[in-house]
Amino acid sequence: MCGIAGIICADGRSPDRAVLDRMAAALTHRGPDGRGIMIDGPVGLAHTRLAIVDLEGGRQPMDSVSGKLTVCYNGEIFNHLELRQDLQSRGGRFASRCDTEVILEAYALEGESCVEKFNGQWAFALWDRRDQSLFLSRDRVGILPLYYTFVGGDFLFASEIKALLAHPGVSRELDPRGLDQLMTFWHPIPGQTVFRNIFELQPGHSMRVRDGAAKRWPYWAWTYDDVDAGMDEETCVGRLRELLIDATRIRLRADVPVGAYLSGGLDSSVLAGMVRKHTDAPLRTFSVAFDDAGFDESEHQQEVVRFLETDHSVVQCRRQDIARDFARVLWHAERPMLRTAPAPLMQLSGLVRQSGYKVVVTGEGADEVLGGYDIFKEAKIRRFWGEQPQSRRRPLLLRKLYPYLKDIQAQPEAYLKAFFHVRPEDLNDPFFSHLPRWGMTGGIKLFLSAAMRDSLRGYDCREEMRSHLPANFARWSPFHQAQHLEATGLLQGYLLSSQGDRMLMGNSIEGRFPYLDHRVMEFAATIPPRLKMKGLREKYALRKAAEGLAPPSVLNRVKQPYRAPDAVSFFDPANPGATPEYVEEMLEPGRVAKDGIFDAAAVGKLVAKARAGKATSARDNMALVGVLSTQLLVHQFINNPSLEGCPT
Amino acid sequence: MSHVTQSVSDQELQQSVRKFIVENFLFGQENPSIKSDTSLLEKGVIDSTGVLELVSMIEAKHKIKVDDNELVPDNFDSIARLTQYIRRKQGA
Repeated sequence: MCGIAGIICADGRSPDRAVLDRMAAALTHRGPDGRGIMIDGPVGLAHTRLAIVDLEGGRQPMDSVSGKLTVCYNGEIFNHLELRQDLQSRGGRFASRCDTEVILEAYALEGESCVEKFNGQWAFALWDRRDQSLFLSRDRVGILPLYYTFVGGDFLFASEIKALLAHPGVSRELDPRGLDQLMTFWHPIPGQTVFRNIFELQPGHSMRVRDGAAKRWPYWAWTYDDVDAGMDEETCVGRLRELLIDATRIRLRADVPVGAYLSGGLDSSVLAGMVRKHTDAPLRTFSVAFDDAGFDESEHQQEVVRFLETDHSVVQCRRQDIARDFARVLWHAERPMLRTAPAPLMQLSGLVRQSGYKVVVTGEGADEVLGGYDIFKEAKIRRFWGEQPQSRRRPLLLRKLYPYLKDIQAQPEAYLKAFFHVRPEDLNDPFFSHLPRWGMTGGIKLFLSAAMRDSLRGYDCREEMRSHLPANFARWSPFHQAQHLEATGLLQGYLLSSQGDRMLMGNSIEGRFPYLDHRVMEFAATIPPRLKMKGLREKYALRKAAEGLAPPSVLNRVKQPYRAPDAVSFFDPANPGATPEYVEEMLEPGRVAKDGIFDAAAVGKLVAKARAGKATSARDNMALVGVLSTQLLVHQFINNPSLEGCPT
Repeated sequence: MSHVTQSVSDQELQQSVRKFIVENFLFGQENPSIKSDTSLLEKGVIDSTGVLELVSMIEAKHKIKVDDNELVPDNFDSIARLTQYIRRKQGA
């Protein structure tokens, strides 16, 4: 993958090369293998390259053979070989064997609809000299990032916000609404960020900028309009397996070796199994293991390694590693986070880099696409109970939820029922599946300062989210509604960004996501819920499709979501002197008061509670990580005008 | 007369419970929308795992022992209910 950035000046000026240089420099980690800048009239494009395909011929920004187009591109078009053949047969001209050139020729022949044929992950900006316009596009689900802003009439874009902030005209301000959204949904509403006047191009969207005006439109969307209610199990499983094999196969295309992440769960084990069974390639696998037994999945990872006979490496994550790395994690993520889970993944991508690898396949997306999350199970049980609220037996199913969360399991039955209870009006709420999660997460807003609360008075982020629901949403089954909310929310806004691209690119590693191949997603959207979750068996169709590819014990495992120790990583009662200095600095009452985001007294009480080892509830943990990460964000991006680079 | 004394005392206990909830679960942030009969769960004051924390704190502060069969929202889910529960336990 790579980093891209650029400027179009509105008044005919040419962009300042030194500014483009600074923007590119902020993206060096995304592309340590080369840097290129192109200035042509009012447009300037910058690129930092991570060389993976056509190591010699793929330099960017790249001109088309005709000279009429120039592109700077971050990503991979995995079906580039097939597209190239098709384009050549229709007059397309190529000077390299790089997938970048496929974008240029596809656009030359087909215009902006060319992206509909791309199978891959991308963010690119293409300068069209014919009409002096810039065409930008981002992949279907948001695997790769693309941000933009306007300064005066000038249009600026970049892979990461830090590159936009490297422009002297871009103001640095937190947007309270973006923060409010993040403190409810875990992510800003698609299209928005936590920075005022900085926007992201939404997944599945393209954009054209011409004469100082920008126009955006969707070219793809998650939809459940075409569910095949009568689909039989055999057809479903056979087709899913066939598509997953091909999705994995084309994601092994590279001029460098491709490794695989192995979590010990179903999704990554299946991918590793497909690589082993359907290619001749020897497989190198990578895992993270935890000192904290409650988070560790080593036993299952080793079982898969033995079963598939992979060449395996492990990075051991301790609490102090998370605390040590967290400032750097924030620098890369560029948004507050409510969990520390991204931090170990940065350690893991570091291990990949040290092992001489640049590319890994990884299992993100399986839970959203094929119905794996506990939130789907939770919603199913709550709805089942809510339809017969007097039933005594139905709420007993709540005990089946979250078997790995001992605090939930220890709840008295009456409280479990009180927490998950369904009000009659909730059953028709489009956000039914997510009401408990969003309600609990929103609890952390009590730490906001009076000034922040004032600035948010009258604003309801759920109402805004409601306005983004697709027109047909109400016609979809509750299961598909929940899938849609997860896929367009947490997946793109957190898992693929804060926990995905950013933690990979922080160590210059490219991730590839077979479950997010659009053919897999589109087929999975036609699978009826009964084949996704059979009873309370999550990812049923995938388990059947994966038979023989992973050990039976892994195929039959109940999902254990990937998590990491949170508050205790920063304030470990067993190791009270281990809290890093920067953590104390960020949470110091004077600084909290000065930054003005949070109430210093409330934060002081939370810190004291964490220090005493008593911040054990889910809300306290999210609040502590949320406050610390927001304070870091303010320090690194708002109060630090030099943006001197990644903290160590 | 004794009825009035008891009533004032209840009020004091309720204020003390409120202060305790505000201090430990709202981190000192007074919230006027939380009335004495407001559900602490529905209002998000206590999350899905918070009741165990609440119980252990109440046990320590008021020197009472909460039996398993008493772990129900009827006893703990509002300031008023909590006050009544503590009063009952102290009187038992």
